[in-house]
Amino acid sequence: MTETVVIVGGGQAGAQAAVSLRQEGFDGRVVLIGDEAVLPYQRPPLSKTYLAGELARERLFVKPAAFYEKVNIEHMLGETVCAIDSSEQVVSLDSGQTLHYDHLVLATGGRVRPLPYPGADHPQVNYLRTLADVEAMQDKFTEGTRLVVIGGGYIGLETAAVAVKHGLKVTLLVARPTPLGRVTSPEVGKFFEAVHREAGVTLCCDTEVVAIEDDGGDGKVAAVVTNSGYRVLADMVVAGIGLLPNVELAQSAGIACDNGITVDEYSRTSVDNIYAAGDCANHPNPIYQRRMRLESVQNAVDQGKVVAATICGKDKPYAQVPWFWSDQYDLKLQTAGVNSGYDQKVVRGDPESRSFAVFYLLEGRLLAVDAINRPAEFVVARNIIGKGLSVSVERLQDDSIPAKTLAELPGSTMLSSASVQAAS
Amino acid sequence: MIKVTYVEVDGTRREVKMEEGTNLMDAALDNLVPGVDGDCGGVCACATCHVQVDAEWIDKLPPMDATEDAMLELTDDREERSRLGCQIIASPELDGLIVYTPAGQH
Repeated sequence: MTETVVIVGGGQAGAQAAVSLRQEGFDGRVVLIGDEAVLPYQRPPLSKTYLAGELARERLFVKPAAFYEKVNIEHMLGETVCAIDSSEQVVSLDSGQTLHYDHLVLATGGRVRPLPYPGADHPQVNYLRTLADVEAMQDKFTEGTRLVVIGGGYIGLETAAVAVKHGLKVTLLVARPTPLGRVTSPEVGKFFEAVHREAGVTLCCDTEVVAIEDDGGDGKVAAVVTNSGYRVLADMVVAGIGLLPNVELAQSAGIACDNGITVDEYSRTSVDNIYAAGDCANHPNPIYQRRMRLESVQNAVDQGKVVAATICGKDKPYAQVPWFWSDQYDLKLQTAGVNSGYDQKVVRGDPESRSFAVFYLLEGRLLAVDAINRPAEFVVARNIIGKGLSVSVERLQDDSIPAKTLAELPGSTMLSSASVQAAS
Repeated sequence: MIKVTYVEVDGTRREVKMEEGTNLMDAALDNLVPGVDGDCGGVCACATCHVQVDAEWIDKLPPMDATEDAMLELTDDREERSRLGCQIIASPELDGLIVYTPAGQH
């Protein structure tokens, strides 16, 4: 009898798992179930070119509709899986339908963290995660609209950048001392703070929102009240304060979860024949010798591939250098690696020139780089981190040495995985 | 519309018609050409739309910029005729273009 793989979640990870199953030669049934009523699409452009109106809607989709038909991937869109019976290997849908699975992939992603303040249900409060979210706000993305962005992460900064370019009056409220405080260093955060100010964004750091009030009593204007006593009027509020992994379905099926669905390097959960991939999956990273949960295209794609390989009985454990990117104004920020725990920073190039890189090291070993309009530094760092190469701080900061050659050290040796382990 | 041919590692040739102004990565995805992934959606951030341009055509392409050049270093099988599909935009001069999809993306 042919096997059935059911994939719960129609985002980048779910789509990749489906595509990779076929690439790995899986010839059974593949059913992709997504709660959004559209085919899998790419989320990164939502807060960038798509929000800016520079990208056609059809360009968002991971694959065209014809592709799924051609490789025989069934999809059930606008359907929500409400329960897993792992002993019977059956999932139940809200519609009442049930589906048997031999392998179940949870690519449930995440949902926006809701604003925890009184009045956050104001009609002008928007979030930015889905295509529907963006389409709901696009007609207000016009000159003169007073926009308050809450949150200084990628979503908040990208939204502010697009908005100010479109002539909106933008106020950006950041809870931490600098933007991007969760993911980068104060130096890079301060750089982006200055860039946004220069572009015309009113940016307030160390600013907590305490409440959202209605100004005028008709729901048309929100007043965002801050801990410093400001009351900022907004025709539109966009909140980007983080993501909550969708783990409830897994939890209710008795699958181990801890900041995401816990998986091993093969994307297997604690329950047989059930796997997880993408934003929802808390996975081990052998390069960093610790567990992490990442919200990124890279992770969604690479784990989608791992899941497919595992289901097909292939030995392809996950071992990737995480990478991320963000486009704001004329700047491309590319991050390779994860900088948590760094004890040394090396700046290469002059931030004033809007082209520089910051390397993060721990005990002399490269953990991560933030490369701003410095693709070569991004690329070389990905190679150095992935291969566990050693680096010289002097060379990293010497901008006269071509970035490409930073992976080559006089007498450099490739560390074995055992010595990387010992070093961390 | 111009005509572009993608040649796979096993020699399979796929002829695709492209609107001027569109790029080789999108055209490959739209026409189900295997071997071109385009994980970042065509913003020159991932190097998964690597193609090798036919020797007769390489000099007819506009030169690559520093970002494309840097990103190509991420590919395992970079060679002199390597380009990123997302950065090659269809124009009348490229009618008849032939590109090869590398083994690494299959």
